Amino acid sequence: MSEQRKKLLEVQDLQVTFGTHLHPFHAVKGVSFDIYEGETFGLVGESGSGKTTIGRAIIRINPVSGGQVLYRGERISGRISRELDRKVTRQIQMIFQDPMASLNERAKVDYIVSEGLYGRHIGEAERQEKVAKALADVGLLPEFASRFPHEFSGGQRQRIGIARSLIMDPDFIIADEPISALDVSIRAQVLNLMSQLQKERGLTYLFIAHDLSVVRFICDRIAVIHKGRLVELAESEELFAHPLHPYTRALLSAIPLPDPIAEKKKKLLVYDPSIHHYDQETPLWQEISPGHFLLASEREAAEWQREPSR
Amino acid sequence: METETILSVRDLDVKFTLRGQVLHAIRGISLDVHRGESLAIVGESGSGKSVFTKTFMGLLDSNGSVTAGEIRYNGQDLAGYTTDQQWRTIRGREIAMVMQDPMTSLNPLKTIGDQIEEAIVLHQGLKGAEAHAQVLKVLEEVGIDQPERRSKQYPHEFSGGMRQRVVIAIAVACRPKILICDEPTTALDVTIQAQILQLIKDLQKKYDLTTIYITHDLGVVANVADRIAVMYAGDIVEIGTCEEVFYDPKHPYTWALLSSLPQLGVKGEELYSIKGTPPNLFLEVKGDAFAPRNPHALKIDFVERPPYFEVSPTHKARTWLLDPRAPKVEPPEHIKHLREQGVNRHV
Repeated sequence: MSEQRKKLLEVQDLQVTFGTHLHPFHAVKGVSFDIYEGETFGLVGESGSGKTTIGRAIIRINPVSGGQVLYRGERISGRISRELDRKVTRQIQMIFQDPMASLNERAKVDYIVSEGLYGRHIGEAERQEKVAKALADVGLLPEFASRFPHEFSGGQRQRIGIARSLIMDPDFIIADEPISALDVSIRAQVLNLMSQLQKERGLTYLFIAHDLSVVRFICDRIAVIHKGRLVELAESEELFAHPLHPYTRALLSAIPLPDPIAEKKKKLLVYDPSIHHYDQETPLWQEISPGHFLLASEREAAEWQREPSR
Repeated sequence: METETILSVRDLDVKFTLRGQVLHAIRGISLDVHRGESLAIVGESGSGKSVFTKTFMGLLDSNGSVTAGEIRYNGQDLAGYTTDQQWRTIRGREIAMVMQDPMTSLNPLKTIGDQIEEAIVLHQGLKGAEAHAQVLKVLEEVGIDQPERRSKQYPHEFSGGMRQRVVIAIAVACRPKILICDEPTTALDVTIQAQILQLIKDLQKKYDLTTIYITHDLGVVANVADRIAVMYAGDIVEIGTCEEVFYDPKHPYTWALLSSLPQLGVKGEELYSIKGTPPNLFLEVKGDAFAPRNPHALKIDFVERPPYFEVSPTHKARTWLLDPRAPKVEPPEHIKHLREQGVNRHV
């Protein structure tokens, strides 16, 4: 990764803790990564790994209990000024997983899409124009504005979700499992739409998913997260070619192959955290090769690199 | 391969009445399910795959009914069953179902143990301590640690994958002959998905089950299916062994489904997606239902419904492209070499 590329978002030693002081639950335990302008950054892990929490912490839904988040070099976590807050809520948008649940079923598309514009002092005519444009941008007809969400199919609903984020003219979109709830044939449409929008508008994406096969197709770099810690981060092709951490390898082996013979021969790897002896040796977040980061103790790093990847 | 048919469907038609309109959900399906096989039924949402298998258990919504055809099982015609009393001899006992979402298919107010015991008492005729011992055995079988403690817990204390294991435990506790798995892993993580599929496979072997998988994701079934039936607009458009459907697909819709798998996407290029939308089944479908979305559609596709053309004794597809008079159309390049590609890409 060339160092000239501009960092859009810097996450530094981010920690998120839920629960009370007596019974704290550490959902995110010191995560650091950078997202460069114009790239698609994948965050992959299983349910409960903290991947969504990170996304929500960046967009300021979940409070941060340690570390900080910088956006264009400015701190946006914790207490920030009103103007910055307004700027950030416009420039960072989110697309949610389940288009059935994330749209207000009692509101018309017109309101759902333009909700973010209310309170931003724009006229009614301009608002309607923006709604029509946002709908057109995601391949929906302007007359859909007067309908309710239940009148749409899953793929169309996810397009409405995307239109709602586009209307704010954001620079950075956090897509939290945007296609997990969709049919395979519709997934392709939504992924294509996202890449097309990226090309047209120079958007930066944080793409959160549990399925590595999808992420490989769309992401430039991928970070793998397990139990609130990043375990590996690399460019997509590098990660697929040389996975080092046993958890990454387990995730890769779980991708279903559309190929009966290979699939029946495939050996499923299961990650067993008890192989680590972190009470005796401390794991370090280290750069193994340029752009390829790994969480491992020195002994492990050496050992894993010796093993052939699969 | 010697095969014995366990369930035989002939010319099945299912219709729903909605606001005075008739929706033709299943349009004349014939299918033989072989004893001991695992059959995958693949299609988009709305293709009728769930409706089709629900007719085997009498689980259609009240506004839907089988209007023609028969479902033969054990010398009986299930299509003629009307009362719950009749269905009770089939549901669970002969044919059991694992639903998609383990969050909603368990009762949140009863412990896991009680829910499994209910099935065991009803179907295996055990009581008291015996039934309880069986509960623990079943839990262990589906890979749940500390069954004694876990059986006293409620569904919310289980993770998604564990909950799906419980649902499978309940289904298997009835000792059915056929197990229908309706999108068993769609709500689950990839790693858990692989484990659940493996579990169903193991149980199938152990109890000599016949399994029917329903899914929209062709990628998932390569590992588990012996045969694959591809459904579109209430009809099976192609059926064959797993190898035949993946390596030598004949129907353009199967091509489209395979092409849209993200595993096959090439970075920087547009991922293939099927144009248009499925047909409106409130209207009568003329010709081949897939024709309007099919770039290879012939004139006759819009006029006459294609019959099945046999590719091999186990493989047939409903497309005019297989007619000897049809022009030769090759499947898309990137799925033609699926096998080599698949191997190269992921190793």
